[in-house]
Amino acid sequence: MQSIDNKFTKSLFVFHAACSPCNNCDIEILDCIAPKYDIERLGMQLVGSPRHADVLLVTGAVNKKVVHRIKMIYEQTAKPCVVVAVGSCACSEIIFRESYNTCGPLDKIIPVDIYIPGCPPRPEAIIAGLAKYIKSRKNAG
Amino acid sequence: MEKIELLSYFFDYLVFPGLLFVVASGMLVSWIDRKITARLQWRVGPGLLQPYYDIRKLFLKEVIIPEGGNKWSFIIAPMCALISIVIISNIVLKYYIDPSGSFVGDIIVVIYMFAAIPVASIIGASASKNPYASLGASREMKSMLAYELPFLMCIMVPVIKTGSISMGAIIQHQLQNGPIFMSLSGLTAFITSIFCIQAKMGIVPFDYSEAETEICGGVLVEYSGALLAIWKLVKMSLLVVAPLFIIVLFASTGFRAGIFAVYFVLLLIVIILKNTNPRLRIDQALRGFWTYAAVASLTALVLAVTGY
Repeated sequence: MQSIDNKFTKSLFVFHAACSPCNNCDIEILDCIAPKYDIERLGMQLVGSPRHADVLLVTGAVNKKVVHRIKMIYEQTAKPCVVVAVGSCACSEIIFRESYNTCGPLDKIIPVDIYIPGCPPRPEAIIAGLAKYIKSRKNAG
Repeated sequence: MEKIELLSYFFDYLVFPGLLFVVASGMLVSWIDRKITARLQWRVGPGLLQPYYDIRKLFLKEVIIPEGGNKWSFIIAPMCALISIVIISNIVLKYYIDPSGSFVGDIIVVIYMFAAIPVASIIGASASKNPYASLGASREMKSMLAYELPFLMCIMVPVIKTGSISMGAIIQHQLQNGPIFMSLSGLTAFITSIFCIQAKMGIVPFDYSEAETEICGGVLVEYSGALLAIWKLVKMSLLVVAPLFIIVLFASTGFRAGIFAVYFVLLLIVIILKNTNPRLRIDQALRGFWTYAAVASLTALVLAVTGY
């Protein structure tokens, strides 16, 4: 399979999967697209279908209602696909850990490439996380 | 001698004004579109090579063929659409450069090829066995029914004014008598056809068949990898050939490079319309095209017949 390298990181299509979040992370993600941070200048854009996506942006503490849905969405994406856990809930579930309805942090369900902690992470933190990943992948292919 | 003729055919279809030209200019124009959109929204916008990076990446990605769908229709549909674009661009640009080579009825070929693109997208979407895609396909079908009527009546205006159904004769008539849009009927038909090509290209406010935020990409929802890249190339190059077609029909002048100036003005109008209007519902579009646009184009047709 094609590995994720320079050719990919110049153009990332992002699919935003909200898995029972409190919506704060989602608002910060929208801030990244808005004029102040404008990630389209880095070649990233939001897409509507997981078939088009290179990046799966997951927010929220995954609960029993959405656990099979996020698995299905991950299977539906065209590979290679980067999974990004945005916010402390997706990274480690913080206060929802061992709750009666959550199904463990995201990396127990699907393989995660980037962790961006914060409650919610600032847009700068999200962009910094993606930039670090892009840098680490520069000479991978 | 035959060998050279064959080579020139290959050159026409693969390089200029064929595949390479429509793809390269399509990427450039889609960059202009995205950049102007970004500037209108007070953003910085993507870099010049961004459409090229997008397409290159999509060609490297996995292609998923949906299970239970019709495999070959799904694969062939985007290619048919791209071939139609290449044929349109060949006829429009080649005969604009050299009107004497035109054959009678080529304008009808172009109209059919323009209709083949939405038909291909309907076939591809229906073959994917996805409910969102079938929703997109049904909207695309209604949209086609909506805009084809006023579009054809608009195209009738230059045909009536020049008395010919060949592109070459229409262009030559305009070189001698001035562009058609200088007359009252020509101007009405030209303005109406701008809205028709906006719907033809599937650009906001007529993007109901794709509608990313509503039906997740509609007709394109199941496409991935190289096939999605071909669809994106079709959309990009349609942004080049569709405005050029109506410009050649209505605004050819003695100053040959003038169509590019008109083209960029038209492109700017299309982009500003895109950024200042929300998406229409399909019933609103249908009503709009069958009342306002149809009446406007019928008026143009009557004016053209009576000689204005």
